Amino acid sequence: MPLVKFISHSGEENEVHVAPGTTVMHAAVDNGISGILADCGGACSCATCHCFVDEAWLAKVGEPDEVEAQMLDFVLDPQPNSRLSCQIKVSDELDGLVVLLPESQI
Amino acid sequence: MGTEHAVIVGASHAAAQLGASLRQGGWQGRISIVGDEAIPPYHRPPLSKDYLAGQKHSDELLIRPAAFYEKSEIDLVLGSRVTAVDREQKCIVLHDGGNIPYSKLALTTGATVRKLTLPGHELDGVFYLRDLRDVDRIRGYTGPGKSAVIVGGGYIGLETAASMRKLGMNVTVLEALPRVLQRVTAPEVSAFYSRVHREEGVTIITDAAVESLQGSSGVTAVKLADGTELDADLVVIGVGVLPATELAEAAGLAVDNGIVVDEFARTSDPDIVAAGDCTNHHNPIYDRHLRLESVQNATDQAKTAANTLCGKLEAYHALPWFWSDQYDLKLQIAGLSQGFDRVVLRGATDSGRSFSAFYFSGDRLLAVDAINRPKEFMMVRRALSTGLSADAEKLADETVDIQQAFS
Ligand SMILES: Cc1cc2nc3c(=O)[nH]c(=O)nc-3n(C[C@H](O)[C@H](O)[C@H](O)COP(=O)(O)OP(=O)(O)OC[C@H]3O[C@@H](n4cnc5c(N)ncnc54)[C@H](O)[C@@H]3O)c2cc1C
Ligand code: FES
Repeated sequence: MPLVKFISHSGEENEVHVAPGTTVMHAAVDNGISGILADCGGACSCATCHCFVDEAWLAKVGEPDEVEAQMLDFVLDPQPNSRLSCQIKVSDELDGLVVLLPESQI
Repeated sequence: MGTEHAVIVGASHAAAQLGASLRQGGWQGRISIVGDEAIPPYHRPPLSKDYLAGQKHSDELLIRPAAFYEKSEIDLVLGSRVTAVDREQKCIVLHDGGNIPYSKLALTTGATVRKLTLPGHELDGVFYLRDLRDVDRIRGYTGPGKSAVIVGGGYIGLETAASMRKLGMNVTVLEALPRVLQRVTAPEVSAFYSRVHREEGVTIITDAAVESLQGSSGVTAVKLADGTELDADLVVIGVGVLPATELAEAAGLAVDNGIVVDEFARTSDPDIVAAGDCTNHHNPIYDRHLRLESVQNATDQAKTAANTLCGKLEAYHALPWFWSDQYDLKLQIAGLSQGFDRVVLRGATDSGRSFSAFYFSGDRLLAVDAINRPKEFMMVRRALSTGLSADAEKLADETVDIQQAFS
């Protein structure tokens, strides 16, 4: 099963294995990783699942769609590598994905 | 583990958050979540959306997997109805006569559907839509070419209509008031939703008075007061919910259109907190007492309640927000529009599928309904949370960047 590595704002690292097709948001929530709130449960409506994709993985993860991009403009501390984690599906291609978590979601 | 025991009654959005937040907040004692549904807390919003439309599996609905509760040492006591709270003995009583002692109690009993007692309401094929079991039963009656009559043109009724159209059904929505979404939106927004539903093939009848549901064992038709008869293979009634306050009331807690709680989610008993759809609380942003039916409120108030139980008093002051997905319409609402005296529109409501309605009371922006406009939703959520004021003229002018309308 592909592995996702979460790095919290304070530098704490957590590695979790998830089934392909799981979103990065679920990978965090299901494993009790704090820093992702995901209030809307993945409906792309709340923007409380903001994360930063490690630069090395950006190309493989791809670009946000229009809705996600508009929401990302208004999260706290938006960066070029900002994504909503509920919109990224983990696949074998993304095995080893590194995701950084923001200091705060709201 | 300490000898203290936090018991949470109800096992849904508020309960899942309360349990997790108690552990995060350092609660050392036992935690039990007692609920009458058979599965761990799950996301309710998809029930009328992707789940009803067959686009989501029930496994995907869980707020957190069962393993999370085990790991966090939170006991899930499922399929158990709580029948009483004994505040003197400090225990809850279960339907089978057993009891569970508590040192702190949290009531997250949510809401239950408002029932209609129409002639024929007990026929097979007549449903309400609140929990997973309801939808699983409804799905036994859905299918291409079948006819559904939906009583109630609120968000849940309209979402149900949209999902059933996706399933290829003939759908009629009956609304008793002159327009759909009347209690929650401006006339322009209602007109927009009526138009889109009609474009998608739904029949909407407003000012509808349902006289009876017809059929011998299963429902076959819905009869209106004006004599109209509508064929129906199934009827879904969505006419609002009532807060589940029976336990609190019987236990002598203050109840007034919801369990009355203070800004720290405390009930009138210092050892009992409450959170979510079942509470009536004061909202400092709008300075009034209210009851909310939203995931945001369930989640945020549960955090406040957990903090309180951990001895950390932090007042609840989150901005209400809500969403609804129908067809390709993504509605996001920030704030509460009740009490507005003016609506400012950005974008066209009579054509296309993207606009925002900004609700004002005098010069004060109260809320936005943003349809396929996530940017405007996000901007207003920020503005209302941080106290920025809005310029109505700039909001109405699409050539002005949305950010320029706030200062
Ligand atoms: C179909 C549908 C779609 C929705 N869509 C949205 C949406 O898009 N966005 C949004 O923000 N909100 C939406 N909502 C509202 C949202 O789901 C609720 O606000 C939320 O579920 C409230 O959570 P809660 O934990 O307070 O209560 P509830 O979810 O109502 O849960 C209360 C639980 O307590 C249990 N219970 C009650 N009494 C007892 C007892 N005595 N003993 C044991 N158990 C008991 C109940 O069975 C229930 O499981 C929707 C609701 C429905 C039904
Ligand atoms: S979980 Fe709400 S936007 Fe991702």
